[in-house]
Amino acid sequence: MHLVLFLIFGALCVGGAINLLVQKHPINSALSLIVVMASLALLYLLLGAEFVAAVQVIVYAGAVMVLFVFVIMLLNAGAEEVLPHGSRVAVTLGIPGLIVGLTAGVWVIAHYAGLDRISIGGPTVSNGTQSFGAPTFVAKLLFRDFLLPFEVTSILILIAILGAVVLARREE
Amino acid sequence: MSLHLWIIPLLPLTGAAINGLLGKRFPKAVVNAIALGSTAAAFLYAVWVAVQFFGLPADQIPHIEHYATWMTAGNFSAEFGIYLDQLSLVMLLIVSGVGFVIHIYSVGYMEHEGGYYRFFAYLNIFMFFMLTLILANNYLLMFVGWEGVGLASYLLIGFWFLKDSAANAGKKAFITNRVGDFGFLIALFLLIKHFGSLQYDSVFKAISAYPIEASAGLLTAIGLLMLLGATGKSAQIPLYVWLPDAMEGPTPVSALIHAATMVTAGVYMVARSNAVFNRAPIALMTVAVIGTLTAIFAASIGILQTDIKKVLAYSTISQLGYMFMGCGVAAYGAGIFHLMTHAFFKALLFLSAGAIIHGLGGEQDMRHMGGLRKYMPKTFWCMTIATFTISGFPPLAAFFSKDEILWKTWASGNHILWLIGLIAAGMTSFYMFRLWFMTFFGEYRGEISADAGHGHDSHDAHGEHGHAGPHESPMIMIVPLMILAALSFVGGWVGVPAALGGSDHFDHFLNPVFAQYAPPMDSYIHLPNTAEVAEQQSAEHEERGMEFLMMGISVAAATIGFLGAWYLYYKRTDLPARMAAAAGGLYRLVLDKYRIDELYGAAIIRPIVLISTNVLWKGIDATLIDGAVDESAAGAKDISDGLRHMQSGNIRSYAGWVAFGAAVVIVFMVWKGVR
Amino acid sequence: MVPLSYYLVLSAILFACGVAGFLIKRNIITIFMSIELMLNAVNLTFVAFAAELHALSGHVFVFFVMVVAAAEAAVGLAIIISVFRTRETLNVDRVNLLKL
Repeated sequence: MHLVLFLIFGALCVGGAINLLVQKHPINSALSLIVVMASLALLYLLLGAEFVAAVQVIVYAGAVMVLFVFVIMLLNAGAEEVLPHGSRVAVTLGIPGLIVGLTAGVWVIAHYAGLDRISIGGPTVSNGTQSFGAPTFVAKLLFRDFLLPFEVTSILILIAILGAVVLARREE
Repeated sequence: MSLHLWIIPLLPLTGAAINGLLGKRFPKAVVNAIALGSTAAAFLYAVWVAVQFFGLPADQIPHIEHYATWMTAGNFSAEFGIYLDQLSLVMLLIVSGVGFVIHIYSVGYMEHEGGYYRFFAYLNIFMFFMLTLILANNYLLMFVGWEGVGLASYLLIGFWFLKDSAANAGKKAFITNRVGDFGFLIALFLLIKHFGSLQYDSVFKAISAYPIEASAGLLTAIGLLMLLGATGKSAQIPLYVWLPDAMEGPTPVSALIHAATMVTAGVYMVARSNAVFNRAPIALMTVAVIGTLTAIFAASIGILQTDIKKVLAYSTISQLGYMFMGCGVAAYGAGIFHLMTHAFFKALLFLSAGAIIHGLGGEQDMRHMGGLRKYMPKTFWCMTIATFTISGFPPLAAFFSKDEILWKTWASGNHILWLIGLIAAGMTSFYMFRLWFMTFFGEYRGEISADAGHGHDSHDAHGEHGHAGPHESPMIMIVPLMILAALSFVGGWVGVPAALGGSDHFDHFLNPVFAQYAPPMDSYIHLPNTAEVAEQQSAEHEERGMEFLMMGISVAAATIGFLGAWYLYYKRTDLPARMAAAAGGLYRLVLDKYRIDELYGAAIIRPIVLISTNVLWKGIDATLIDGAVDESAAGAKDISDGLRHMQSGNIRSYAGWVAFGAAVVIVFMVWKGVR
Repeated sequence: MVPLSYYLVLSAILFACGVAGFLIKRNIITIFMSIELMLNAVNLTFVAFAAELHALSGHVFVFFVMVVAAAEAAVGLAIIISVFRTRETLNVDRVNLLKL
């Protein structure tokens, strides 16, 4: 069951990624990326990472990608022009080659590390009513052991806000 | 009790400093006062020191004073100090006295010259260094003076530095001296290595423990190297070539430095190092041979020279050869005696020549002189005394000194050297009287006109006198001549040998210096200067007769020279030209000074210049060193040219590089993880 | 029950697509989206290993990655907007004022 779900949503991810590469207009690429993110959220659920899946949908697909779409609309980005020079052969062959190469590398390493004998994503040991990746446990980790990085990231967000405001300001 | 001898060198140094730094603004009178005053003060102090010296008990001689430590390096230390014994006292009086007289003369000679204050500053600097050389109590301080007089010589020879020939002569003098100094330095290094010190007393005391070397050993090496230094400074074979060229300098410079004092530094050094030479018979014989050969060699060149100063220059070289001959047969006292009389008469000769040149408005060629005794009587009489002195006629000074050298050479068994010395004495007489006749007798062969100041290789201001014809020089130049003439007359009387009824005061005065470190009595070197001789002289009556015979032979040689010159240059003045034409190649060879300068130029200088140009300059400097720098710069440029492509301004290539770098890092991490 | 290596291979594919898009695309915004894709691929790896090692710190790290990605996207898009204002183009090849 898990395997079927994994394959479906895995295929969706890959399809979305390839589509992102293939599409000429950035809005299409953005929409493909949203598909990828949604599929990934489902895969997280399969792995028992409930909190992360929720955050993925809310933050990534819901905020970041919306921001991207906003900017694309704002700037009225058009389709990419065809490259007058440059090799189409390199693109046609190189990109799949890169993907295949990296994949093969990873598979070889994983095979030799014995990782394909380990199965994950099955029912996990739970603590009462809460499953493995429940927010409770994540929160315990986040606000106790990783409190300092958490606070630092809040400052990071502050700086990002300030930066974004300053950078995008229209000159008076 | 300290005699405060450090004052003596420092007085002219102060004069040089004041004149050198401030003299440009002073009027001539002030410059004179400072220069002459400091030299006179040094001389008077030296006289006072001499008086004190005669009152010192014998165990306080040599009188050594230590002032300060100069440096210490490990076991070696050098200091500033003074060594006053009979030898340095004699040299001190000669240098300061003759120096002072020449300073007076220079006031008149350099009157119309530019750079007046500079000249006197240099003269005073020279006095400082020469006095340091004489009074030093260790070889290192002596070397300071040694180098310093070389420097002063360079500065003064090239005094008219705008003239190419003068600048070149200065350089030649300095560089040739340097070759000699190299030998001297190596000798000093050997002394430091084997005796650990350069102080006279400790070195000589250590050397006294050595036996006489039968074959070449350490002391021979030291002796020969010191001799090399001496040949450079005192213009002997093979390093004499600078002295004739040094006549480019003003005549007082020639008189002071290249006649009376600096060139005698080599003789002084050999005499001072008698402990070394006495125990190294090979080195000692080399000294004698070089001295004798130089004496006759230079005399032969002097016969044909036409420039009055060049004749005197070769004469100086020849007389220095006599001094070395004297030292070389261990008759150091005789050598120093001749040094003293030579200082008097050679300075007199040069100053008189200067007066002649001055009076003729710059003419130096004897072929354009003649009959000058009518125009310059006082100069004529002074020069006459000098000429008779140098030829060795009694009772003038050089007769006693030169004769003592020849006698001691004969008595030590070196008959061949004696013969050569005798022939050279005859030649000396000949060319000096040739000079005398050509200059003062016959008809005046120069131009008598308002612009009679067109000397060819002479200097500037002497031509613009506006006097018509040759004239006597001012009294300020004549009085020094008279002083020196008087000294030439009586100067030898302190050394009248026993054979003539005197008691040879000079030799006995200097004897303790040379006997102090003499080798033991049973050595096989015959040392006529030790106490041995006193017994000998009283015992051998026939030896006194021999000495008398020798004297007679010397006077006969001098007379033959006089007669030859009289015949060729007074009686039948057409003969020299015919003889020259008949001699042909030989005449030209001697006239060209045996082409030694050309030989050195071709054999030594040209290869060095060639090596410098091709190997050192083009090869090492341009190719290696410059090449290394240029190549590394070009290499850096090439590398940066290659790396430049990373910064193309194209964002996607940046992206590519980022991806590539990330890939490298990832591969590395995986590889490390897998291991 | 899915073997771990399957997740890793999937992550690899996504990452490779991200890199490819980063290198190939000429539209700045698309390049940015490829970067986001890469980050997501890495997140997947983290979560997969967290599930295998039964350690929740993987999830926490994914949280931080998302925070940083969001901040970076915000600032980056602001920069893109100001670049667009000056250069009037979104073609990354036209932003070449530093080219010699």
